[in-house]
Amino acid sequence: MPLLWTLTIILVLGAVGYVLGRRKAIASAGGDTRLLHSLPGYYGANAMILTVVPALLVLAVWLIVQPLVIERSVTSLIPATTVEEIGSRSLVMTEVRRLAEGIDTAIEVGALTTGDARALSTEFTDIRARLGEVGVALGSDVTPQVLVAAQEYRAMKATGQAIMTGVVLVLAGLGLAFAYARTHQEFRARNAVEYAILSILLLASTIAILTTVGIVLSMLFETFNFFELYPWREFFFGLEWRPSFEGGSDLGLIPLLWGTLYISVIALLVSVPIGLFAAIYLAEYASRRLRSVAKPLIEILAGIPTIVYGLFALITVGPLLRDYFAEPLGLGQSSSSVMTAGIVMGIMLIPFVSSLSDDIINSVPQSLRDGSYGLGATQSETVKQVILPAALPGIVGAILLAASRAIGETMIVVLGAGAAAKLSLNPFEAMTTVTVKIVGQLTGDTNFESPEALVAFALGLTLFVITLGLNVLALYIVRKYREQYE
Amino acid sequence: MNDMRVTEREVDDLEIKMKARNVDVFYGETHAIKHVDVDIRDKTVTAFIGPSGCGKSTFLRCLNRMNDTIDVARVEGEITLDGEDIYDKRVDPVQLRAKVGMVFQKPNPFPKSIYDNVAYGPRIHGLSRNKADLDEIVERSLRRAALWEEVKDRLAAPGTGLSGGQQQRLCIARAVATNPEVLLMDEPCSALDPIATAQVEELIDELRSRFSVVIVTHSMQQAARVSQKTAFFHLGELVEFDSTSKIFTNPDDPRTESYITGRIG
Repeated sequence: MPLLWTLTIILVLGAVGYVLGRRKAIASAGGDTRLLHSLPGYYGANAMILTVVPALLVLAVWLIVQPLVIERSVTSLIPATTVEEIGSRSLVMTEVRRLAEGIDTAIEVGALTTGDARALSTEFTDIRARLGEVGVALGSDVTPQVLVAAQEYRAMKATGQAIMTGVVLVLAGLGLAFAYARTHQEFRARNAVEYAILSILLLASTIAILTTVGIVLSMLFETFNFFELYPWREFFFGLEWRPSFEGGSDLGLIPLLWGTLYISVIALLVSVPIGLFAAIYLAEYASRRLRSVAKPLIEILAGIPTIVYGLFALITVGPLLRDYFAEPLGLGQSSSSVMTAGIVMGIMLIPFVSSLSDDIINSVPQSLRDGSYGLGATQSETVKQVILPAALPGIVGAILLAASRAIGETMIVVLGAGAAAKLSLNPFEAMTTVTVKIVGQLTGDTNFESPEALVAFALGLTLFVITLGLNVLALYIVRKYREQYE
Repeated sequence: MNDMRVTEREVDDLEIKMKARNVDVFYGETHAIKHVDVDIRDKTVTAFIGPSGCGKSTFLRCLNRMNDTIDVARVEGEITLDGEDIYDKRVDPVQLRAKVGMVFQKPNPFPKSIYDNVAYGPRIHGLSRNKADLDEIVERSLRRAALWEEVKDRLAAPGTGLSGGQQQRLCIARAVATNPEVLLMDEPCSALDPIATAQVEELIDELRSRFSVVIVTHSMQQAARVSQKTAFFHLGELVEFDSTSKIFTNPDDPRTESYITGRIG
């Protein structure tokens, strides 16, 4: 049975559970809903949750675990000689999966009957050609071993699917029956639903956290692999970035880190004053009407994809800076430069800084403003001496968040500053950042066993640690600030 | 009551510091204050009493143009300080507020040190020539607010760390430090406990020797204790304005009597 059908049946059972639970509850109270412990809907919801949620959870887990189990047992079927012929075990498995899917497709379009499929053999049929007819291309001729594995793969998959459908549907039915049996006038369905909702929310946040942990762990493992192939000292302190896929590359972090920090600092120099002043104007001076128009307008800037900013850097800002600043000053002829990327990235960050700062300035209590005005201070004196000091921790938090965005930005750098790793002080020189190099090392044909590809993970982890540090710092400052007025 | 009458005779001889004539205030469409006439005498405590929402705080905020910071508020009529119209175009509201200081309902110390809180006004108005001068102003103001003994050893500590009553006295010290001529107090004790309230009331009585004080209060006992003149507001109108003893013992208007005896409000 296809997955969609299983899902539909579970949901229908859930709906039935709702109706039945509700009806039984009302009946148990003799039709007088005031005698029920909870509102009738809660009894229905309780039955529905017990029907749907466990079944769906088992379904989800099964879908994750089944391929792993099948893969493992099928892999053991493949003799070592075949592995050597094709190259690596994972390549063989790819072949097996592709063949199995191909046979399935062929059955679906009617080129093969189920019986034919079972009777396939490499001696009598050119499987590659037959599957080619129905649009499934195989990389090489099918060997008998691969065919056996593929048949086994198909069989296990079909069995697994059938068992899964059965288990899940039985579970849904059991859940429904259990909830129905428990439904009674005295049953505290409201509390049960509350508990179920709590569990669902908890599950969601656990998944979010576990995913993060998973990402970090996968990066960690690859980074370890990298450091086994490449000395960490040369990575962290190397001043040269010269990867070459023939081996003997220099993979020094310093030039990339320098480019990243240089561009980020310029971006912050642009975005912090403009964003902050805009926020002060909007929060303290602008009339309500202007504010209601201007604030969303500024926030629209935040919705523009960064690649669009990158185009702006490439065709407008870059040539402009080159023609009017870099060349007349004799600082370079490149239209890609740290300055271009920094300025455009700064523009991108303006709404970020201004929107956050605006909220923070607005949260400074009116009583402080009144106090200052009441002493005969002007607006700018009040802003400078009372509001900004009171809002400062929050504003610092906003700036640090902006900084971590700047450090992680890629597209603007590729189009604005180029992809050449260089250590230079000249802001009109092309440089590049860590993220650009991560993309660069992983695009195209990559062999995940060479240090040139694995370095991407080390770079990613470094970046992750830096931005994590900044975010933690920002959160710490923002939290400290919150304590002041609560 | 006899003691009070003695002071009042003195009070009526004092010059009129602020004069309000035919003042109307609108919040958008709402007519918040209707044709109010009040005279504030120098070196006198004037109390504004009345039920919530009667406009007494609104009227108080007219006296130093704090209503300017509210977009929809509009003030009509004439209010003078030493004979000069404070709503005249030539008058700078910022300068005016230095002369007519204000203490608010909730203590609102700035998130700065105690010293910087008090020095805030003198600094922005340039009232001191040097550090020693400023130190002296701070000490004098804190003494006047009866806070000096409690905080003299921790002037660098944040003002927000003080207790509620101390914070309010700090705000009074802060207002006093700019040398105002009139001090407006908007329910200064409503957030304080009885002991802190007693301290602030005592302070108000002392402040009277130097400025004229206008206090808005919900507590009739407080009005009776600290003021020499009392104005009773009801529904945006000034119902009665007279010496405190007269208002509390023999009011002319039946509404005043009802309020004082607790029948309206």
